[in-house]
Amino acid sequence: MHSLDYRANALLIFSVTALAFICAIPSFSDKFSNQNPSAEIQILNINRFKKQSYGNDEVSLTLDITADLQSLFTWNTKQVFAFVAAEYETPKNSLNQVSLWDVIIPDKEHAKFRIQTSNKYRFIDQGHNLRGKEFNLTLHWHVMPKTGKMFADKIVMPGYSLPDAYK
Amino acid sequence: MDWQGQKLVEQVMQILLVISGVAAVAVSYATESFRTMMLIYAGGVVLATLITLPNWPFYNNHPLKWLDPSEAEKHPKPQVVAVGSKKKFSKK
Repeated sequence: MHSLDYRANALLIFSVTALAFICAIPSFSDKFSNQNPSAEIQILNINRFKKQSYGNDEVSLTLDITADLQSLFTWNTKQVFAFVAAEYETPKNSLNQVSLWDVIIPDKEHAKFRIQTSNKYRFIDQGHNLRGKEFNLTLHWHVMPKTGKMFADKIVMPGYSLPDAYK
Repeated sequence: MDWQGQKLVEQVMQILLVISGVAAVAVSYATESFRTMMLIYAGGVVLATLITLPNWPFYNNHPLKWLDPSEAEKHPKPQVVAVGSKKKFSKK
């Protein structure tokens, strides 16, 4: 501690190490937060269901998505990324997940919403297995913190199915 | 800065930073604001910098007592005595 440089170096290292500890605490406290998100999805309409020229099935849907993700937000949350995926099984793949719609929720006020929209991303199968197919619509979310670990979870809503013939 | 001052400055720096860190976490947990935590801690770092970095006079309260020059004259430095003249190193 005999010179300015020495003291400046000691101060810098100690303050940065203390900062690391300080940032670990909000991340740790996130574990104890009480989270109970809810969601509901309805398929309003199947707009188009056809076979593409290269042989893959394609579906266009209109979805009515209601969700309340407000309890996911803590003081250490930067944003929540949520997306809706259609999940089903085919002979070729035991699990297919096709992302249909997503959103970035920047704060708690925007976390409770109801939206009616057609699918943002195309629902295309690897093959032509979708006629009469039963599938789940799953709402996944990733809670992105300001510091620390990102948590991800989902709600699975089973029981949707596609028509038996192309439209 | 003298030795006592150096010990003091190290303790002051560590205590100030730890206290400002604890205060930052406590206040921001209560107010649910991440920004408050960063602001309080930054303020604590600036305060620690102002107190510990410059060589304030109160760090020099216990200066070292150097011996008088007269004491050094009583104990002269030992002379280097050359043993023999320089011999040239010859290769065989």
